[in-house]
Amino acid sequence: MFLCGSKFTMIRFILNNQTIETDLPKGVTVLDFARYHKNLKGTKIGCREGDCGACTILVGELSGENITYRTQTSCLMPIANANGKHIVTIEGINKADGELTPVQSALVEESGTQCGFCTVGFVMSLTNFCIDETPKTNEMAVSAIDGNICRCTGYKSIERAALKLCDKPEPTTAAGGLNFAIEKEIVPAYFAEIKSKLENLKPKISNPQSQIPNPKFLAGGTDLYVQRPEEMVFADAENLFDNSDLRFITETEDSVEIGASVVVTDLLESEIFQKLFPNLYKHLKLVSSTPIRNMATLAGNFVNASPIGDMTAWFLALDAEIELSEPSAVADGLTPNTRNIALKDFYLGYKQLAKQEEEFITKIRFRKDFTHFNFEKVCKRTFLDIASVNTAISLKSEPPAVAGGLNVIAKAHVSAGGVSPIPLYLRKTSEFLRGKEINETTISEANEILQTEISPISDVRGSESYKRLLARQLFTAHFIELFKGEK
Amino acid sequence: MQNVDSKSHVRGESIYLDDIPLLQGTFFACVFDSPVAHGKLKNIDISEAEKANGVVKIITAKDLIGENQIGGILPDEPLLADEEVHFCGMPIALVLAETESEAHAAAKLIKAEIEPLEIITDAREAQAKNELIAPPKRFKLGDSETAFAHCEHIFEGRADVNGQEHLYIETQGAYSVPTEHGGLKIYSSTQGPTAVQRAVSRVTAIPMNLIEVDVTRLGGGFGGKEDQANAWAVLCAVGTQLTKKPVKYALHRMEDMRMTGKRHPYSADYKIGLDKHLKIVAYEAVFYQNAGAACDLSLPVLERTLFHCTNSYFIPNVSATAYSCKTNLPPNTAFRGFGGPQGMFVIESAIAHAAEKLGISRDKIQRKNLLRDGDEFPYGQIAESDAVTSWTQADEKYDFAKLKNEADEFNAQNKFIKKGVALMPVCFGISFTKTPMNQARSLVHVYTDGSVAVSTGAVEMGQGVNTKIAQVAARVFSLPIERIKVHTTNTLRIANTSPTAASAAADLNGKATEMACEAILNRLKEIAKDLLKDGAFRVQTSVCPDREARREHAEARTLNTKDEISFENGFVFYNGEPTTLDWLLLVNEAFMQRVNLSEHAHYATPGIGFDWSIAKGKPFSYHVYGTAIVGVTVDCLRGIYTVDYVKCCHDFGSSMNTSVDYGQIEGGIVQGLGWMTMEEVFYDSDGRLRSNALSTYKIPDIYSVPKEIEILPLETERNNLAIFNSKAVGEPPLMYGIGAYFAIREAVKAFNNEQFVKFDAPFTPEKVLMNLY
Repeated sequence: MFLCGSKFTMIRFILNNQTIETDLPKGVTVLDFARYHKNLKGTKIGCREGDCGACTILVGELSGENITYRTQTSCLMPIANANGKHIVTIEGINKADGELTPVQSALVEESGTQCGFCTVGFVMSLTNFCIDETPKTNEMAVSAIDGNICRCTGYKSIERAALKLCDKPEPTTAAGGLNFAIEKEIVPAYFAEIKSKLENLKPKISNPQSQIPNPKFLAGGTDLYVQRPEEMVFADAENLFDNSDLRFITETEDSVEIGASVVVTDLLESEIFQKLFPNLYKHLKLVSSTPIRNMATLAGNFVNASPIGDMTAWFLALDAEIELSEPSAVADGLTPNTRNIALKDFYLGYKQLAKQEEEFITKIRFRKDFTHFNFEKVCKRTFLDIASVNTAISLKSEPPAVAGGLNVIAKAHVSAGGVSPIPLYLRKTSEFLRGKEINETTISEANEILQTEISPISDVRGSESYKRLLARQLFTAHFIELFKGEK
Repeated sequence: MQNVDSKSHVRGESIYLDDIPLLQGTFFACVFDSPVAHGKLKNIDISEAEKANGVVKIITAKDLIGENQIGGILPDEPLLADEEVHFCGMPIALVLAETESEAHAAAKLIKAEIEPLEIITDAREAQAKNELIAPPKRFKLGDSETAFAHCEHIFEGRADVNGQEHLYIETQGAYSVPTEHGGLKIYSSTQGPTAVQRAVSRVTAIPMNLIEVDVTRLGGGFGGKEDQANAWAVLCAVGTQLTKKPVKYALHRMEDMRMTGKRHPYSADYKIGLDKHLKIVAYEAVFYQNAGAACDLSLPVLERTLFHCTNSYFIPNVSATAYSCKTNLPPNTAFRGFGGPQGMFVIESAIAHAAEKLGISRDKIQRKNLLRDGDEFPYGQIAESDAVTSWTQADEKYDFAKLKNEADEFNAQNKFIKKGVALMPVCFGISFTKTPMNQARSLVHVYTDGSVAVSTGAVEMGQGVNTKIAQVAARVFSLPIERIKVHTTNTLRIANTSPTAASAAADLNGKATEMACEAILNRLKEIAKDLLKDGAFRVQTSVCPDREARREHAEARTLNTKDEISFENGFVFYNGEPTTLDWLLLVNEAFMQRVNLSEHAHYATPGIGFDWSIAKGKPFSYHVYGTAIVGVTVDCLRGIYTVDYVKCCHDFGSSMNTSVDYGQIEGGIVQGLGWMTMEEVFYDSDGRLRSNALSTYKIPDIYSVPKEIEILPLETERNNLAIFNSKAVGEPPLMYGIGAYFAIREAVKAFNNEQFVKFDAPFTPEKVLMNLY
């Protein structure tokens, strides 16, 4: 690390109640920074791939008048993504007098801790639940700890502790939430000062001291830090995660446009999405966990090109289009060169994209002209797992041409993951469905076509024959889910 | 009462291996392990790695000063591969570097030239090729061969049950520090500090009295750190021995999963014979245990499979044979239940097989054959059975018939969603089946400020053993628990310990602590007697307003208040009367009179023993009984399921800590049903672990646990040899989880009764769907 001390790169953030200015390589994870550079050992290392939640921290960000906190797994978070933010570890939650916060008390009272190694992660997730805007229902309390794995307790005691917290009065706004949380000693009083401290922080991040030229871009890090943790520390990647130009969700009369760095949680919280997708929560609950949904960007999911990317399957079924840009043009102050490509044309082969190395995704667009949407996913563990097979469908159904007939499919887009080297848009199946009546024959004939389009292989997520059967079942499930009221 | 560590746990202030502050000059270790499951190790090329940044030293087998051997039971496990590699993940070389990332980077530069040999991953294949860890073990009761001739119904079949990754959230690790005179201090995340000490001594040739092993606590163990913590501690020790510097190694998750063994997969053939009244008259089973590449603890695990091969049932004619089969997988090891769960899965499969063929409900056969007092186990011990009482008490509380009817009615009304219900009785023996291991020691110091320090051989890993031991000292001394501190497990303070395993740590170490405290207390009583003789500390009725209250307390206590001297809340009582003599005064008077305020006590479980030459004896101090009913719902469109409830009646004896014990039940149940449902250890035919990370190996999350867990303590008047009559609770509840397998099976059959479903656990969503269509 001979470049330490370089004055060119300086990352600034607030760690608990301390302002940090560091010239460490910007790819160092917040987990390693906290534990080994700041000796904050309360945050634990369980898996270093975002799958256990032992390293969960709070990340506070200025958003308008408020400061918004979300949980993230610090093992997958580079300090570059902490720039300008409030990073909170357990040491920043603990009361100075050694007493317990209400979250900590609830866990102790219910014996929600045995070996204790995962416990801090649960404390952080539940603390965030108490200060954010989520409705304080039992369901949401459990949902707050959906990314935390415990091997000792069997969760029932932790669940009881979480439900105890719901009895507390409900805060009204985020700001009110934070004040309320301070008043109730859920977080220490210094949290009140953080907003102004962040405003004065004036973060700047400049020429990174890089040694490794690839990858070119980094967003939430939830794939790159799993796949290439060692390289990423020294990688010279442009950070897209905090690019505010890439974080928006807007709609026009007939379409929706989304910035590429929008994370899954943003979709969950978006009124536009809630309106368009009545089962939004039910479906997105199947996608990873709360902390990962707080980090994983749509563009990251698309370019990772995993054949089982959940959001990729989702947007393929919306027949989405993506906009690609060249950053060099931006840097030169020129109007960037952009081009549009259908997501279904983006995948050329296993992990091969129709994208130049220097291009990155800026926008995602899809038309709102569907009447039905469904998402199905089956894995070994229903939640917080990677799919054996996933699939999504959007349909535009029209009333029957003749009275007493069945509804007709005017438009259909179907996708499937885990059944091909690429996230698969089922062209033939989608095409077949168009103009067909919605009935059992249509479904069963479409399923035959679907089977000719897929080419699953046997691996740790299931045998080929299982995936074929599962694809058939889940395709059928779409229609059962969407038309169960109708016959 | 909550775990004494809960406050520091929730504040993140509890210390685990990776949290220990490091000494200056500490080196970091990383193993280079075999990429091949079986082969001749022709050459190790470390030239590139040696040149890498920060590398200090690279150690291979030839550098070891002592014996290259860490096998605890059989000497079949080299620390570092020498001539051959026997499994993917077998350590070949150890890199020491100045930083952790440099050590990892350098390990990637090592190249091994390995000439491949035949790879065996299947236990039956190994048995066929006579690749056995040791000759087979056999249990026999009555004469099954003759008995089968008189059976009304006979069924034969095969059952397979996969392994299980421990997935303690804290990975394995150790930190070794040089001490004077060529000694070592080793911090280790181990359940067996003495096992670490022995293994270090063997490989370094440093005598045990120069090796201090210290354990504060583990972030989970579950058996995975009983023997398998040794390798990492020894590697660090060797690094320190060769460099004279501290060496640390905390494994990354994928290293841990790849290099360590798991619960043993088993395959078994069974034959079960019933009479016309559904009494099981004869049972034969042949077990093929997949031991992996070395013995590790496979043989005692195999023995416990035999001990529990008839679970909670009395079968007069039993013949069971078990093969420990040597394969090219990491050596499989202890895991909560220790072979017992596999034995139980097979008998439960045999019963299910019989029930399905006879067209009756499984529980009819189960209920009919439950152990009764005086029944003989196949290993000769006579049962003091609560199998029937736990069943009937559970039935009274939960109403099995009603739960089953509800499921049937639901199934009649729903096409794509089916419910299944299954009963699971459990009988589990407590004690190490190797009798000499049933001993423990406790060292108790009373200090002149009245506080008490306790050290034992028990290792705290979340199971609450330190809390129970603190309770023992607090109860004997009649002190508040805050005055007691249970300290780290340390081989200098407590020598020759048994590992914290077999559910027995609280019994063994708790009893030793009770003895140590009693010994000190008896000395203090003598002092108190002298002091109280002159009446100086007597309490006048008038000056003690709460005298009556105190007396009541004293009478209610379990200690004998008829004693001349007794203790209550830090005060001495004389013939049941309160006095003003308090604990602090008494302790200081004892010190001034040069009376010993410390005690090192030794406990050995009485009345147990086993003779392997005839395979008979009384191996267990007592048994733990229980009955669970498990209900599941299967989504037959998607092949996925949820566990609706697990309701059990469990034999706690008389629980000394319900918070801790109920936590063990809930945790055990969920771990057991994880093993039976989603947890799938997956090796390919080359012996490579494919489920090698948390992304590919799934343990239960908060959404996969039963919606409801109900626990009913068994009402029993029996006494037992457990500490304060509070029975061991660590392992038995895991086996309630087996009920989930059979409940899913019921639901699958409710959808599709056309085909006979193979007994093949875990029942993953894949197997569910494939059996539905």
